[in-house]
Amino acid sequence: MALRDETGPYFGEFGGRYVPESLVEALDELSEAWELAKLDPAFHAELDALLKDYVGRPSVITEVQRFARHAGGARIILKREDLNHTGSHKINNVLGQALLTKRIGKTRVIAETGAGQHGVATATAAALFGLDCVIYMGEVDTERQALNVARMRLLGAEVIPVTTGSRTLKDAINEAMRDWVTNVGDTNYIFGTVAGPHPFPAMVRDLQKVIGEEAREQVLALTGRLPDAVAACVGGGSNAMGIFHAFLDDTSVGLYGFEAAGDGVDTPRHAATISKGRPGVLHGARSFLLQDEDGQTVESHSISAGLDYPGVGPEHSWLSSIGRATYRGVTDAAAMDALRLLSRTEGIIPAIESSHALAGALELGRELGQDAVILVNLSGRGDKDMETAGRYFDLIDAGAEQS
Amino acid sequence: MSAVADVIRTRVDAGTGALVGYLPVGFPTFDESVDAAVAIAQSGVDIIELGLPYSDPVMDGPVIQAATQQALARGFRLSHGFEAVRRITDQVSAPVLLMTYWNPVLSYGVERFADDLVDAGGAGLITPDLIRDEAEEWLAASERTGLDRVFLAAPSSSDARLVRAVEVSRGFVYAVSTMGITGARSDVDSAARGLVARLRDAGAQSACVGLGISTAQQVREVLDYADGAIVGSALVSALSSGGVDAVASVAAELATGAARRG
Repeated sequence: MALRDETGPYFGEFGGRYVPESLVEALDELSEAWELAKLDPAFHAELDALLKDYVGRPSVITEVQRFARHAGGARIILKREDLNHTGSHKINNVLGQALLTKRIGKTRVIAETGAGQHGVATATAAALFGLDCVIYMGEVDTERQALNVARMRLLGAEVIPVTTGSRTLKDAINEAMRDWVTNVGDTNYIFGTVAGPHPFPAMVRDLQKVIGEEAREQVLALTGRLPDAVAACVGGGSNAMGIFHAFLDDTSVGLYGFEAAGDGVDTPRHAATISKGRPGVLHGARSFLLQDEDGQTVESHSISAGLDYPGVGPEHSWLSSIGRATYRGVTDAAAMDALRLLSRTEGIIPAIESSHALAGALELGRELGQDAVILVNLSGRGDKDMETAGRYFDLIDAGAEQS
Repeated sequence: MSAVADVIRTRVDAGTGALVGYLPVGFPTFDESVDAAVAIAQSGVDIIELGLPYSDPVMDGPVIQAATQQALARGFRLSHGFEAVRRITDQVSAPVLLMTYWNPVLSYGVERFADDLVDAGGAGLITPDLIRDEAEEWLAASERTGLDRVFLAAPSSSDARLVRAVEVSRGFVYAVSTMGITGARSDVDSAARGLVARLRDAGAQSACVGLGISTAQQVREVLDYADGAIVGSALVSALSSGGVDAVASVAAELATGAARRG
């Protein structure tokens, strides 16, 4: 069977549904609605029209020659998900799930968010479709992504800061799950990544795979061949699955996921789940997980809120276990350097999340050499990160110098 | 064969039903959590549901979350769970079920966990985030060791799922009274009565109702149609605010709801 044909609930030994019984009916309902929608031309027509006229798809690819000079001379091509409406790939998934919400007759949506990109996308879709919307966001993240909080509120969503546990993305997911268990009658959970219980990993991937399908054609048209490597950052892993999927059965194409290594994978402060974790169950699926010897989830650390997650989607764990994709760590420092380099050389300010993929591509370019073609998913833009980058590079104080 | 089922049967035959009391290990301290569990058993709780603190407790409301988070912050380890079971069962005859999210068991090793629980004198497991569909390993381990396995049933569960939950549960089936998480509620949902009736149709010998029960009156109402009533947050609140004496007196008060009617 082609690797692209995997539909869950299991990806090898990963995936499944480790959830309270109260959620099973809702997950079954969602699975069934999704299977029907997938086969329904009317659903696709509506989604495709939104992606074209509202999101601005297809997103372009941009070859970045000045940036590539720092990558051993390899050709580097960016898939510009940063140019989507709302500023990241998250909108692709959200519009699909919002349409599905309408199909199953629910009127309220909830979502978790880390960096705020998925929250903003969900609030946007809720505004567009007239749905009530509640976003759960770790209190730590509401502080480091204050601009996105304001954005969600402006869009009419209620943002609830989560104060339990590590007060980041994983706790926001816990709280959204609790809301869903309680309000499942009228509420749909618009999950933001390829993790969670079935059908989320397969459904979110299916809604994000447009990224790779477009990019594969675009790179072929530009270069006359497939890329040697595809690079993406991996937190939960939705942008990476989105760009990987079209290439899964192209054996000549190397797939590279770059996890947040924080202070370094050999320090306690990182979010490199596949590189440093071991299999376990979190948020409804069996997958790699950062955990202590008692199976307690270990808090992750990354300068990037969107990658600051101790779990990862089960399909990534599977792709890693069968050797189809390679996962490496990129430190905060390397990501921030890549962020500044792309800004300086190309006039494109990337999200800190995506900067991990850029840093990885610089490393890959040096390994693969002059003739290599590397496709990088530029999953989001950096506007939301200006405060973090400003502090990091000391750009904001009155006396600050150009970094 | 199941001490838990025997206790419930005895109480039902006596005309009422069992009172199941939840407390987490390690809250407020390890020793006090053991003393509290012993005290509630001595105050009329028939079955102890001992919670293992976990970093991501998606079925728990604020009261239990706060308690288990504190236990974790103070250094709770899984080995403390087995030690607590040992110390409680040394002192009281009430059977002790562990309530645990699945990852700690998986991480410890399902077979090893089962063996250590048997050694400690535990009766079995209540698994809030393990559904029958994912439970093969646990079914095998519990079959081998004879441990009870309590699966959850929800008002939203289909009849077919209820049948499957009843088939594999041993000890009792945990009927979730309402769609939601743990925490005291003024009304225990009428959904609970309907769910228990559907569980009986599905063949359940013993169904206990949990979530939201916090008063003797609610215990009495639930035992009118169910075989047991499970109380958690009300006990944890009492322990939190008044220590072991307070939780014992709340347990004694709750037990009046499970007393034989004259």
